[in-house]
Amino acid sequence: METTFMTINMGPQHPATHGVLRLLLELDGETIVKATPHIGYLHRGVEKLGETRTYHQALVFTDRLDYTNGLSNNLAYCLAIEKLADIEIPKRAQYIRVILCELQRIAAHLLWLGTHALDLGAMTVLFYAFREREKVLDIIEYITGARLTPSFMRIGGVARDVDSEFVKKVKEFVNEFPKRIDEYETLLTENIIWKKRTVGIGVISKEEAISYGVTGPVLRASGVYYDVRKAHPYSSYEDFDFFVPLGKNGDVYDRYLVRMQELRQSNRIISQAIEGIPEGPFKANAPQVVLPEKDDVQTDIAALIRQFKIAQGGFRPEKAEVYASVEAPKGELGFYIVSDGSEKPFRFRIRPPSFLNLSALPRMIEGQMVADVIATIGSIDIVLGEIDR
Amino acid sequence: MISDKLDKIIKNFGTYIAAIKEEKGERTILVKPEAHKELLRFLRYDEEMSYDMLIDLCGVDYLGENPRFEVVYLLRSMRDGDRLRVKVRLNGEDEIETVSDLWRAADWLERETYDMFGIRFRNHPDLRRILLSDDFSGHPLRKDFPAEGFDFDKPFEVKLEEEI
Amino acid sequence: MGVDIERNIVVTSIEKLVNWGRKYSVWPLTFGLACCALEFIVAGSATIDMARFGSEVARPSPRQADLMLVAGTLTKKMAPMVKRIYEQMAEPKWVIAFGSCACTGGIFKSYNVVQGVDQIIPVDVYVPGCPPRPESFLTALIKLQEKIEKETVKERKLITAP
Repeated sequence: METTFMTINMGPQHPATHGVLRLLLELDGETIVKATPHIGYLHRGVEKLGETRTYHQALVFTDRLDYTNGLSNNLAYCLAIEKLADIEIPKRAQYIRVILCELQRIAAHLLWLGTHALDLGAMTVLFYAFREREKVLDIIEYITGARLTPSFMRIGGVARDVDSEFVKKVKEFVNEFPKRIDEYETLLTENIIWKKRTVGIGVISKEEAISYGVTGPVLRASGVYYDVRKAHPYSSYEDFDFFVPLGKNGDVYDRYLVRMQELRQSNRIISQAIEGIPEGPFKANAPQVVLPEKDDVQTDIAALIRQFKIAQGGFRPEKAEVYASVEAPKGELGFYIVSDGSEKPFRFRIRPPSFLNLSALPRMIEGQMVADVIATIGSIDIVLGEIDR
Repeated sequence: MISDKLDKIIKNFGTYIAAIKEEKGERTILVKPEAHKELLRFLRYDEEMSYDMLIDLCGVDYLGENPRFEVVYLLRSMRDGDRLRVKVRLNGEDEIETVSDLWRAADWLERETYDMFGIRFRNHPDLRRILLSDDFSGHPLRKDFPAEGFDFDKPFEVKLEEEI
Repeated sequence: MGVDIERNIVVTSIEKLVNWGRKYSVWPLTFGLACCALEFIVAGSATIDMARFGSEVARPSPRQADLMLVAGTLTKKMAPMVKRIYEQMAEPKWVIAFGSCACTGGIFKSYNVVQGVDQIIPVDVYVPGCPPRPESFLTALIKLQEKIEKETVKERKLITAP
């Protein structure tokens, strides 16, 4: 008897693919025989555009890669350029960066939690998670002036100093947030329907995860201890006491547990950083490279001229190549910058974590049911802006 | 530890290594294209090396230089926690052996490099465009490709499948 | 039992009645392309709550939706799908270009970005911003409702493609 497989097309306009991902699924009944992701529906040419701007100007593109996570993207890019230009960042700026990045991680994980639960039919979680996400975004907006795409980090520091009001807001949030995580966990962690939808689904083993280049919570859920914050510390992460949660089975449920733990750890890091935030400048002292403070620009003619010079002409780093990476909520986000000695990057390469995490998706869902595809996509937490660039 | 690794690499591949440099705390090996696959296989599977994660793979276009294209591999050893960058300048033609059988990650990364630079990877299981549509002409990250494309000034016309 | 007829009958034209009905039941298509889609999700959540304007029923299927909210960058690879989805929507239908990229291409002046969604489909309301705040979705919706109110049967053509 001849058997035929049915091919169904999922996306690019599909509510559960978290953007414009298209999947071609070959089905044997309801079982997936082969899955082929088609990406690139949001390819905007960021790597090319980065080569046409000066180092300061190219910063704005980084926000719009993983748009749930603008500040960490800013940081990864700034770290790369600071490495290239040999700039030492003052401790205060490093702490501000850590606070903002961890706040952004909380916001990104909450977005994931809400949408992932919504995909699996638990709608209440969305409203709970967005309640706190709005609070985080309010804090971020208070200091940076924007909700999603702050472009707040600068090469050599941050755009402006934090004030006591910011510290107060963050402290309030940090004190309250652990209770809120408990609330989410009562809804899901022991929920029998949730467990049936997630336990044992979308499994990927340790070795395979490493071979696929998977990073972030998805890798850690498979039991691999790799967190850029611990392995290659940047921006003073070595000052803080936190642990890296690991999963055992590498399934959707473990990824959920790992991310819930990460929320608590991020909260710990923020509370340590906000208590221990040192006094001092928030920008490095490197007048050839770093933009002057905004207050000076408005009062001091020399600073104004310098602002114009750097903003328009840029600066010329030495001829070199650097790679710097951060632990973004999705995984290792890296920037590989090749400089040819001019004011524009010669090669502006982004190492996108979601891209490689998604490449493991066919391996995770082969042999599973169609309904599990949704659960698995949600658990990888992809952002198409970053995959397609 | 790391210098031991470098010594062993030099011992095994001395004649094929064009340069080893260390700048800004990052180690780079420039290897000749004849031996790049063997070197990477060695780095991947040798007991002492165990660079089991391919963090990144990308191309660089040095227009005007000969050879023109460079492929960059960034490796990480999960056991030892160190990173190593391997670069290879392509010989005359825009072709190089695939490493997708060593690391699964290379599958999509090589497709992307093909899409963006037109570098063909020999023996790649499924080498086609990944980000751009199949009917796109040119490879945008080449230095002779304008950032806004060739038909930027013309009004954009979209055609549905049945109209084509 | 005496019925007060005069208080229970409102005289209007059919056009006004239809427009009034359409105005408060604009069903958007859940169709996010990029960053701005996140702000659209927020517009649907409790803090902004677009349901107050009769627009809470976000439909994943174009057949059931009236409003196409193009939120995000439109690339050349995506353009045929957007046009197809637009053509699948039943009349009457409206389009909001949400965000700078959808309006003009935004900061992405590149080889694969369509410089404004109005190059392929007609747009009713443009919302600039990168991304616009969720509240601006409400503004856009109110503007659209004003537009719908003034529409006459003659104006709205049945042919969809520009």
